[in-house]
Formats: sequence, C-alpha cells, structure tokens
Amino acid sequence: MADVKLLGTWPSPFSYRVILALKLKGIDYEYIEQDLSNKSPLLLQSNPVYKKIPVLIHGGNPISESMTILQYIDESWPETHPLLPADPYGRAVARFWIKFAEEKLSSASMIFRTSGEEQGKAVRETVEVMEILEEHAFGSLKEKGFFGGEKVNMVDLAYGVMGRWFDAIEECSGVKVIDPLKFPLFCGWAERFNEAPVIRDNLPGRKELVDFYKRRREMMLAAAAAASN
Amino acid sequence: MANELILLDTWVSPFGMRVRIALREKGIKFEYKEEDLTNKSDLLLKMNPIHKKIPVLIHNGKPVRESGIIVQYVDEVWHDKAPLLPSEPYPRAQARFWADFVDKKIYDTGRKIWTTKGDEQKSATEEFIGYLKTLEAELGDKPYFGGEKLGYVDVTMIPFYSWFHAYEVSGNFSIESNCPKLMAWAKRCMQHESVSKTLPDPKKVYEFILQLKKRLGIE
Repeated sequence: MADVKLLGTWPSPFSYRVILALKLKGIDYEYIEQDLSNKSPLLLQSNPVYKKIPVLIHGGNPISESMTILQYIDESWPETHPLLPADPYGRAVARFWIKFAEEKLSSASMIFRTSGEEQGKAVRETVEVMEILEEHAFGSLKEKGFFGGEKVNMVDLAYGVMGRWFDAIEECSGVKVIDPLKFPLFCGWAERFNEAPVIRDNLPGRKELVDFYKRRREMMLAAAAAASN
Repeated sequence: MANELILLDTWVSPFGMRVRIALREKGIKFEYKEEDLTNKSDLLLKMNPIHKKIPVLIHNGKPVRESGIIVQYVDEVWHDKAPLLPSEPYPRAQARFWADFVDKKIYDTGRKIWTTKGDEQKSATEEFIGYLKTLEAELGDKPYFGGEKLGYVDVTMIPFYSWFHAYEVSGNFSIESNCPKLMAWAKRCMQHESVSKTLPDPKKVYEFILQLKKRLGIE
C-alpha cells in the first residue's frame, strides 16, 4: 500500500501542481481519481472543511490546498529538487507571487465558462493581471530561466497552469488573450516550462485538454441558457 | 550589520496587527509608520507598487509584503526567539491551512456584516458565526491554536478580536453567547503583552467603521 496518496481529478490544474511536484522530487504515490459529483468517504473525511481536491495523504495524514501541499512536500523531502529558495527573503518573494497566482488567475477560468459581455470582462481582467506579471514577475527572469533559476520551482508550478491550460481555454472559447507580441517574456517562460525535464513528460495532452474544455464549455453555456429561460 | 526595520501600517488594520504582534513576541525593535490610506505615501507606493496596500515590512531597505508572508519571514529570520510555526512539516501544514482559512473567510464575511442590512446582513452574520464555530472545533481543548503557546494561527486570528464589538453592534448579535470557547481563547491571548499592546480599543474600531461607512456612502 502506498505511503503517499493523491486525491485529484483530471485535468484539474490544481491536481497537476501536486503531480508535477511529486514527479520532480521522484516520490512514489498512488493517484486516486475522484468523482466530485459523488464525493468519496475518503475525500470527505480527508478534507471535511472544503471537500475539494487535491488532497495529499501521507502516512494517513491528509493535507489540503495545493500550495500548502507543495510547501509540505518540499519540507518533507528536502534533499531532492528544492522547490523554494534557501534564503528567507527569496522565500518571501516566491510566496508573494504564489499568493498573487492564487488570487488573480481565477478570472481566466471565467473565460471558458461565459460568453458575450461577461466573457469580455473576464478577458479584460486577465489581460490586466498578465500585464502586471509580464512587467514585475516574468521581467525578473533571465532569458533561459525559471523562477527557480535553472530548475523549475514552486512559483513556476503555481503559474504552470497558464501555459497549456490557457492555450486550451483560448482555443475552445474562441478568444486570444495571450498575445506573444504583448507578452513575450511570459510566452518564452511558458515554452521553457512545457519543455522542462520531467514537466514535459507529465503534462496532460493538448488535444485531450481542448476536447475536455470544449465539452465543459458546451455544458456550462447550455445550463446557463436553460436557467435564463 | 544594523537591522533596520520599518513597518508601514495603519492602527486599525487586523493584517498590520499580525505583524506587530509577531515582532513584539520576538522582542524585535521596529519603526512604525502610520499610513493615511486616502493619501498614500511615496514610500508605500514605491515599496508595494502592485497592491499599494499595508502592511509592508521594510528590512534593510527590502520590502516584504502580505501579512501572512511577513509573519513567516519574521519567524524564519528570527527563528530562535518565540517560534510561531511548528518545526515538523505536518503540524506546519496544518497551521498554514488554518491561517489560510482565517484569511479566506473572516475579513470578507465580517465586512459584509457592517456594510449590509436586512436579509443580506443576517445571512452574513450566520455565515460568520459558522466560521467561528469551525475555528472553535479546531481549537478543541488546546489553550492556543499553536498548542501550549501562541502560534501562527493565533497571531493570524487574534487581531479580529478587536473588531468583534464592531461586528456585534452592526449585526446585533453576540459572539460570546455563540462561541464562548473562542472568547476564552481571545482573552487568554490578550494576557500577552505583544497582543494587548497591539490591539486597539474595540470602541475606537467601531467609531472607525462608522466614519468609514459615511465616507463610503453606506447607511
């Protein structure tokens, strides 16, 4: 029986943050796909406060919230592939960008959930967030770098969702948010992230992601139309 | 090298209070600068250009932003004095989870209590009490969320105790009768000088909210 279990759903980017962290550290784990429309007793018991995924269960102890899980993984397996800088100030800066990602990236998911004016608003909000990131966050990376320097770290994982997932969301929603001419530093980083060792072998396939979000978008728009009739 | 610490803050901010309590618990000297949030200083705008918010801790010229992040930073730099986070990974993860819960739920729901009326206010009040009860259950029989001593979650939550009176009067309810264990915990925390010296008079907080409502045009 695995000492490390991960409760997740495919293709949740929050699940994937944890999967990528475990893979980068070379940690063996058992993945248990969850059905959120019919939550398992294990999920309800392990995350009684939010009843959400991802949840990491290590030696029977449950940990919830993806970035809390990543800090736990980094502290429990400190010898391989550190996910945060060693110095307190570097860590404070990393945590600042992680918090920014947690607070500001949700507008992006509204892009595929909505249409018309609501979608336009979500696009504008996302572009504003991208402008801040391009100037202040990605602007500080050297040309061949990640937030972790030569290797991917926790901040890269927090933003990793923006590469392939945004790409899929844009395609199925018919809107282009990330213009490479406007956001060259972000786009350069996203390409490097998708090609990074371990990351490149463990991301969901682009076609599968597009198909998934296409189906989800159809369902959501149909539900919204039915609700307004 | 001299340790120069400047804290940009406002007297009534529960987020700023977290940082002041942490610094005082550890006996660390700092310079306090009161900000007027209707007329932000050049220093604040330079040190936190993205959010333009307080608190900001400036350590030897370098800014640390976001209250939870500042408290963790202070705990790591001055780790040998009154540690706030546990040393083992699992209890640390638990502490982060509950501090995050306080961050996600308490301020915003509390704000709804004093900015709304009628049904909206009633439902915000019920939600708020629900969250306090969840915290009570997590506290259990421990004297503090941190166990035997003040810890990260205690420091994160206790500033809101100075806002309880304002919530109670606005929403016409009693936190004491709904959550007596939490009130006992709060009074225990207030016995620490770092807390009693930092938290403002609840009546002054209530007056502040009344002034703020006038300014925001809320009845």
